[in-house]
Amino acid sequence: MTNTATLVCRNLWKLYGPEPERFLAKHGPSPTEAALRSAGLVSAVADASLSIERGEIFVIMGLSGSGKSTLVRCLSRLIEPTGGEVLFEGVDLLRASPADLIELRRHKMGMVFQHFALLPHLSVLDNVAFPLEIRGLGRSEREKPAREMIELVGLQGREHNLPYQLSGGQQQRVGIARSLITDPDVWFLDEPFSALDPLIRREMQNEFMRLQDQLHKTIVFITHDFEEAVRVGDRIAIMREGRIVQVGTPEELVRAPDNDYVAEFTRDAPRSKIFSARSIMRAPRTGEAVAGVIPAASKVRDFAAKVEASELPFGVANEAGEQIGVVDRRAVMSILVGAGEPA
Amino acid sequence: MTAAAVETKIPASAEWMRPGRVAVLLFAVLSLVAFLLPDGVLPAWTRQLPAEFRIGLDTWISAALKWLVEDATFGLFTFKDLTRGFAQLLNVPLDIATSILSTGLLDGRGSSAIQLAPPLPWIAVVGVVAALGYRFGGSKLALLAGGAFLYLAVFGQWASAMLTLSSIVVAAPLGIAVGLATGVAGYRVPLLRRIITPILDLMQTVPTFAYLIPILFLFGFGPVAAMIATMIYAAPPMVRVTMAALEGVPREIVEYGTMAGTTPRQMITKVMLPAARPQLLVGVNQVIMLSLNMVIIASMIGAGGLGFDVLTSLRRLDIGRGLEAGLAIVVLAIALDRLSQAYAAGARKRDAEGGLKPFLFGLAAFVAVTYLLALFVPPIATYPEALQISTAPFWTDAVKWINVNFFNVFDAVKTFILLNLLLPVKRFMMAQPWPLVAAMVGYAGWRLGGARLAALVVGLALFPVVTGQWDYTMMTVYLCGISVVVAALIGIPIGIYGGLSPRAWRVIEPAIDTLQTLPSFVYLIPAVMLFRVGDFTAMLAIVLYAVAPSVRYAAHGIRNVPTMLMEAGTSMGCTQKQSLRHIQVPVALPTILLGINQTVMLALSMLVITALVGTRDLGQQVYMALTKADTGKGLVAGLCVAAIAIIADRLIGAAAQKLAAQRSGAVDAT
Repeated sequence: MTNTATLVCRNLWKLYGPEPERFLAKHGPSPTEAALRSAGLVSAVADASLSIERGEIFVIMGLSGSGKSTLVRCLSRLIEPTGGEVLFEGVDLLRASPADLIELRRHKMGMVFQHFALLPHLSVLDNVAFPLEIRGLGRSEREKPAREMIELVGLQGREHNLPYQLSGGQQQRVGIARSLITDPDVWFLDEPFSALDPLIRREMQNEFMRLQDQLHKTIVFITHDFEEAVRVGDRIAIMREGRIVQVGTPEELVRAPDNDYVAEFTRDAPRSKIFSARSIMRAPRTGEAVAGVIPAASKVRDFAAKVEASELPFGVANEAGEQIGVVDRRAVMSILVGAGEPA
Repeated sequence: MTAAAVETKIPASAEWMRPGRVAVLLFAVLSLVAFLLPDGVLPAWTRQLPAEFRIGLDTWISAALKWLVEDATFGLFTFKDLTRGFAQLLNVPLDIATSILSTGLLDGRGSSAIQLAPPLPWIAVVGVVAALGYRFGGSKLALLAGGAFLYLAVFGQWASAMLTLSSIVVAAPLGIAVGLATGVAGYRVPLLRRIITPILDLMQTVPTFAYLIPILFLFGFGPVAAMIATMIYAAPPMVRVTMAALEGVPREIVEYGTMAGTTPRQMITKVMLPAARPQLLVGVNQVIMLSLNMVIIASMIGAGGLGFDVLTSLRRLDIGRGLEAGLAIVVLAIALDRLSQAYAAGARKRDAEGGLKPFLFGLAAFVAVTYLLALFVPPIATYPEALQISTAPFWTDAVKWINVNFFNVFDAVKTFILLNLLLPVKRFMMAQPWPLVAAMVGYAGWRLGGARLAALVVGLALFPVVTGQWDYTMMTVYLCGISVVVAALIGIPIGIYGGLSPRAWRVIEPAIDTLQTLPSFVYLIPAVMLFRVGDFTAMLAIVLYAVAPSVRYAAHGIRNVPTMLMEAGTSMGCTQKQSLRHIQVPVALPTILLGINQTVMLALSMLVITALVGTRDLGQQVYMALTKADTGKGLVAGLCVAAIAIIADRLIGAAAQKLAAQRSGAVDAT
């Protein structure tokens, strides 16, 4: 738990069934599955511990029913967790009073919903300005930032449309603009693109990455789509039956899945988009000639063609420009073909 | 289907052995025996409990109300002060509405009053209504609504119609506001909701007349009392709609409201109510229509207007005047219904188009101009009498002509049905001893819904017994039962036909829509016109009023038979007739049952109104209590009607549910 963590949860539980609080009080922070079963309890979130760093995109991935939606709602306290701790910027969220929570949500949290959740009676402009309106800001005070946000998400000209007049992608742009207008410290996105067509989804993912490049928010991103998780996530937590089964960068998950369940997801992962030069390089042989230099962080997909076309390997350089290894044709091929572990 | 199929495979001999069949047979035999036994064989207590076993609920209620009105005090003020103050408070908006629409601003009371300012000219009202029609639904609706109001002016119904309308424009918004507030409270506080729901159930089954009596007692005779009754009667659906609409707001929208940091109050006013507006507007339409229904009935406790015209003409058997006023009610009802429906349907679209301010400004300007013009040009102020057309003589002549030429036919039909259907059934029902009826009802409840349902329906069936209303109750069951059977026999085939043929439905649907829009009072007029007073007339009016849901549900059920089943039938070589008989009707049966259930509810509410044509059932008890302001008696009789309604509702509902479950294979038939 480093001091840059924005959002931390420890031993977080959400149990359904008879007297769940008493059960947790009796059995401590990590009761066994057998104890849960015999008490007749069902866990939607079981013993979840996470630490989300400032400025990272943290993806929670799981199939439907895995508890990812419940977990994100426990983190934002939309759902009251049964037990555990949630620390948001060092404040214990579960002890916050209703008034404190309202303040926190008005200023420090933003959320985007799967089905957009736009207020059907308000225009685009009023929807985006709504968080400011309930804070009591006057019309002119709230419309100026709202117009800026609308421009940011590329909806200028649509200010006076009602939600039903917009396409799904446009509606989610409104949802995004609205959630960002308060300049939140943590940004929750609950399957934001799942309800969109595949083409629009891709476009929105790009748009989202573009926004994040500008804004550097701390993001909790929920998805059921591993490919999307890999595309947008800095780190990914995989959930199954309420439990977090593994947390890691996309590369870590693909390279070393902790169990068969994770391996099942990563098997068909687009490896060339996941592995970087750093992770497939080998130590250079003494006096080995190189055809050029590749940055350590760039992905296989981006340099595969030129390495493949070259007889000589390429050098791999870290941020300081020092050569730290080489990438050769064989390493690239093994990623592209997907045969076993890279060297 | 599978369960039903299994059932029919049981050999006929075994079928008769099943305990259910045996019990039904046993009850049938007992009923018949009770009917055939000469008078006096069954002990008297099986028809009427001796006084010492009865509960004097009626005298208690009357005494309690008497105490409230005469003695109750809150220290600083008495209960009577409270009701009086309440009435005075509500009189203010009603006075304003009446002044604007009907009487003008008056100084003083009664005939010595001096008019300080005239009411809105008729042209202004017609124009406003047409403009609203145009805004809500385009030129077609403008024509319909404007035309309807023009009709009121041309046919000499203006004054009464405006009096009725002024009650509605006050009662409906108040009813909506009260309903909305109660609904929100019920949504927010689960405990309150658990209290409200059964009260709403009861309020919707207690007949309209029964409302009037305590109101009459507390608030006296007059327009304000009538308006309060209207408001109380019309508010319950709004409470229900509000709770359901708030419940129906998508979870994500509520979550968004929370995440945006709304206070609980902002959550309701800025997020949930606006998001639920389309559903809430459906409730608004219902409140308006119920207000109209009740304001007509409330003419019995002093609401003037069209209802009063109908009532007086009915009492004098002045068919022409009654029909004229009745038609005016029909026209007003259709206009209000279409306007409020269009308002609800188009709300979102209008939001998108905007332009509310110029519209309102234009409307205000139009009203101001016509008002000023009317001060100098009398025909603009009031529709000139010379141009009025009275249809009353025409209707009177028409009815006279019918009666002269067809009296024998009508009378023969009436006598035949009376002698061969109504009277035998009546005698049969009146012969049933209460222990047997309670046992039958309880057995049905047990078979259909288990011990709890059985206990409920037996308890309800005993209510009329212990309050000494058994004979009147059985009289009610007889009239209501026959009417429902007739309505179902007419309505279900029409509905099935409408469900099969979309072309027929295009004719049937507007017809039953209109039937359902009209205030119950109106149905008495044609029935009385042709058949004078009596049970047959009452039955006719009830059937007319109650037939619509049978038609609607049957059509709905037939239309919703899964295409898959129909295709299966066709591929097995069913003829059209066979697939109707073996597939469509059986599958639609649960829905058809629900339609019958609605028909029962409407029949009971109409039954009470038919007391005006001289029935002798619970309705008459309520009506007589109303004329004597006997609150206890009226409420007890009203509660007996409610007991019948709830028994029917629960039993039919349970039957439909059981059938539907069997159809989907969820319940084992054995």
